[in-house]
Parts: sequence; structure tokens; C-alpha cells
Amino acid sequence: MGPAEASGNLVSLDGISVWLSGHEVLRDVSFSVRPGEFTGLIGSNGAGKTTILRVILGLQEPTAGRVLVKGKAGARHNRSVGYVPQKVLIDPDLPLRARDVVGLGLDGHRFGLSTSSGVRRRRIEEMLGAVDAAGFADSRMGNLSGGEQQRVLIAHALIGQPELLLLDEPLANLDIASGHEIVELMRRVATEHHVAVLLSAHDMNPLLPAMERVVYVAAGRAASGTVDEVVRSEVLSELYGHPVTVLRVEGRILVVAGSHDQTEILASAPHWLERT
Amino acid sequence: MFAGFMTNAWIVGSIAAVVAGVVGFFVVVRGSAFVAHALPQSAFTGAAGASLLGISTVFGMGTFALASALGIAWLGKRGRHDVVTALTLVMLLGTGELFLSYKTEYAQAIYSLLFGEVLGVSANEVLPSAVVAGVAIVAVALMYRPLMLTSVLPDMGEARGVRSHRMEMLFLVVVALATTAAVPVVGALLMFSLMIGPPAASRCFTDSPLAAIALSVALALVTVWASLAIAYERNWPVGFLVGTIGAALYVIGRLWAAWRQAHTVRPGSVGLAPETAPAH
Repeated sequence: MGPAEASGNLVSLDGISVWLSGHEVLRDVSFSVRPGEFTGLIGSNGAGKTTILRVILGLQEPTAGRVLVKGKAGARHNRSVGYVPQKVLIDPDLPLRARDVVGLGLDGHRFGLSTSSGVRRRRIEEMLGAVDAAGFADSRMGNLSGGEQQRVLIAHALIGQPELLLLDEPLANLDIASGHEIVELMRRVATEHHVAVLLSAHDMNPLLPAMERVVYVAAGRAASGTVDEVVRSEVLSELYGHPVTVLRVEGRILVVAGSHDQTEILASAPHWLERT
Repeated sequence: MFAGFMTNAWIVGSIAAVVAGVVGFFVVVRGSAFVAHALPQSAFTGAAGASLLGISTVFGMGTFALASALGIAWLGKRGRHDVVTALTLVMLLGTGELFLSYKTEYAQAIYSLLFGEVLGVSANEVLPSAVVAGVAIVAVALMYRPLMLTSVLPDMGEARGVRSHRMEMLFLVVVALATTAAVPVVGALLMFSLMIGPPAASRCFTDSPLAAIALSVALALVTVWASLAIAYERNWPVGFLVGTIGAALYVIGRLWAAWRQAHTVRPGSVGLAPETAPAH
């Protein structure tokens, strides 16, 4: 039994650094994900979120440090990790229905002729139902809305029965209502199916109702813990290497540059706060 | 038009249609039309080289098509895929011309390799075509699922352990095989049109991938049969007919898809349209 397994972690990153073409993309990133836990991977564009997900998937070799998935190194092609990448572009002319995409998640990696058994059909139906996609199971993938496509892709990743689901910016390009539905769906998946969820986003507010832990990434470095532990002015100022202030307004969190005192910012930028 | 000398053309034409319909479906799905254009050209160069050496043209076509497929796949991983394909294409065309310049008495045979022929298909071309086409179709059947996965969702496929690049290489080999099987009848320039027109048209009529492949084969057969019949009656070139009928099928398909789009409202469709939604 490895040390990670002993500690009950599904995934643990230990001192991960990644250099890509002369740039340090990640520096000394360490955090872990426990089974069935909903973790938000928060950071602005270019902070290193996608690289972290690719390291866990084994698609990016770290320059230093090690990553353990279920206590084992070398996570590449680990069946226990499911992945929904950012920006999946589906050709609207492609003759492929939602149910076909979910079917590819079940046995798309296998060579040989498909056996279209009743068991396979039922599993696909079940999974489509679990993500509320039964209503458009026979619709062409390219004709679905962004939120509908996202749900089908989640079903594609879930049907392989992973213990960890990685989602890269699933809320980008979605309207607020669809984004809320996706977060609610992922919270349900984490609790009911006991699948750990690591979901990246540049805005943490839509995730606050669901998020049990947060990994906050800035300038290639990361801090992890509960939202109350991590999203504080001192922690984030240290992470950014620049003074920032964390404001809590009506249950929402704002991270703004500068170390001004709270009232001063509120007074100087009320219109800006209202819009957010 | 079913006289003895036409029988071989009907048989090899049908073989070409079936293999082009199946393989062409994935050519269109993967957006590999340019490669599908380049590989038949390399088959032409192979045929020219083989006739210069006095060996089997089918062997020459197969060797060159396979070598180009592997070369494009290997180089495409290291440079820009379209540039690599284009350079392979022009280099092979030039080499083909060089081969031809040494052997002028075979110009007629080479012309038919480029543009296809009806009357000149000999009996000993039937069996090699059938075997090579059969191998290509069985290969597509065996790799259907991972090929579809990497064509549509390459990142998710990689995460599941399906190497996109490996599938690309296997697929290009299949295109090379299809090319070798079909070039003797429809010609190098127009094997390409048979791999694009019918499969692209089939996508407009159905949402199911397997139904689309079946329809693609059916449309390719209609294209070839109609082309052979008209070519026999009017003495028009087969290549012209295959290209034109294939394009016409695609236009009909688009019109049908536009009509269907305008007359159906999907129930329960909510939320914003994705960025990739078709422009109406």
C-alpha cells in the first residue's frame, strides 16, 4: 500500500513543476483529491489549470515532482480518470447522435466489431437519463446547445465508471442557467455516484454552493484547502506575489488587486460591484 | 452495355464504389479530403514507375500509395499537416512526369490511370482490386470505434488511451489501400471525387453514423453505375461523369438538409446555441 493510498487520497500531486519551451508553467504544485469530493480548480486564463489536468491525465510529463493516481505513478490511460476537455468543437454536419457519443465513452477505445447488445443499450439509456439528456438522445450532437453538448460529454466520460472526473472550464461559453445546471449535475454525480470531481473555472462564484475544496492557481503556483482557508487576502497575496484583497459581498467572493481597505474600494467602485 | 468487355468495368467499378463509400465516410468526418486527393496522385506516380520498370502497375500503385500515406502521417506529426501533404503531392506528381518522359509509348495507359477508363479494364485486374478493397473494408470495420472516437473527440480519446496519431497512420494506410483498389477504373484524379461526393451527401440524410455509411456506399454505387451507363451510351469520359454526379448528389443533400432544418422544430430545445451551431 502506497503512502497516498494509506492517506485515502484518490489523486495526489507532490511538488509538481512543469517547464514548457523555456517557461515555467507550474512551480511546486502540491494538492490531493479524496474520493467523492467536489474540488474547484480556480485561476485566471493561463494560470496553469489545463496543465494541472493534463499532468493528472498523464498527457503532460512533469519536469519535477510526482503524481499518484490511486497510489500508483504513471497515470496515463488510467481507466479510473474521466476527462471532459475545454472547447470540444462538434461539426454540425457530423452524423452522430448524443447516444452514439455516450456509446463511444463505453467502448470507443476497443478495436473489433461492436456487439450491439441489450445490456450496452440499457447502460447508455441509463447514463443519458442520469445527466438529463434522455430527451435529446437521438438528436444530432452538432445541433445541440452548448449546455446539452456538455451534458452528453459528461455522460461520455462517466459511463466508463471513473472514480475521478476532470472537467476543463465546462462553464465557459455557457449561459448562466445552463452553467448552474452543470454545477448542480456535477454535485449530484459527486454525492450519488461517489465520483470525485475536479472542475476548473476562472470564476469560483458559480461553484460556491457545490465546492467542498478549492485549488487556487495563480502564476503557476497553487494553494489548496477549503474556500475559507484558501480564499483569504493573505493567502492569495502570497500566491500572486502581489497584494490582493478578497471581498465577500452577498455570498459572493471578489478578488481585486491592491491592498486598499474594503470600504475604500466599495466607495470608489460601487457600479463595478453591482455589475458583478 | 453488359457485353463481355464491359463486365469487368461493372465489377471493378462496383468494388471501387463500395470501398470509396466506406473509407470516404471517414475521410469526410476527419476532414482529410486533401490527403485523399494526394494519395491517388501518388498511386499514379507508382503506376508510371512500374510501367517504366515493366512490373505490375497495381503493385507500383500500392507501393507508392502506402509509402506516401506513411510519409504524410510521419511528417505531419512534425510539421504542418497540409504543407506536408502538399509537398508530398507536388513531389510525386513531378516524379510521375519524369517517369512518363522516359516511356512515351505508354502515355495512353497512363492517361487512363489519371482519368479512368471503361473498356480497358482487364480480367486480371478484378481479383487484385477485390482483395485490396476487401482488406480496406475489413480494416475500417475493425477500427471503427477508436477511429470514430479519435476523429470526433481526439482529446477524450487520448485520455482513454487511444493514440490519435496511431489511428491517423492506420487510417491513411486504409486510404492508400482503397486508392489502389479503385484507381484502375475511376482514375487517380477522380477516385478522390468518389471518396468525397457520396459520403458528404450521405451526411445530409441521416443522423446515425452506420446508416450514413450504408447510404454513402449506396450513393457511390449509383454514381459509378450511372457514370458507366452514360459513358457507354454517349461515349463521355467516366471521370467527368463521376465527378459531376458526385457533386450533384452533394448539392441535393444540402438542399434537403436545409429544407429539413426549416421544417422541423426540435421539442425541448433550450439554452443558447453553441458556437459551432450552423449558421442559418
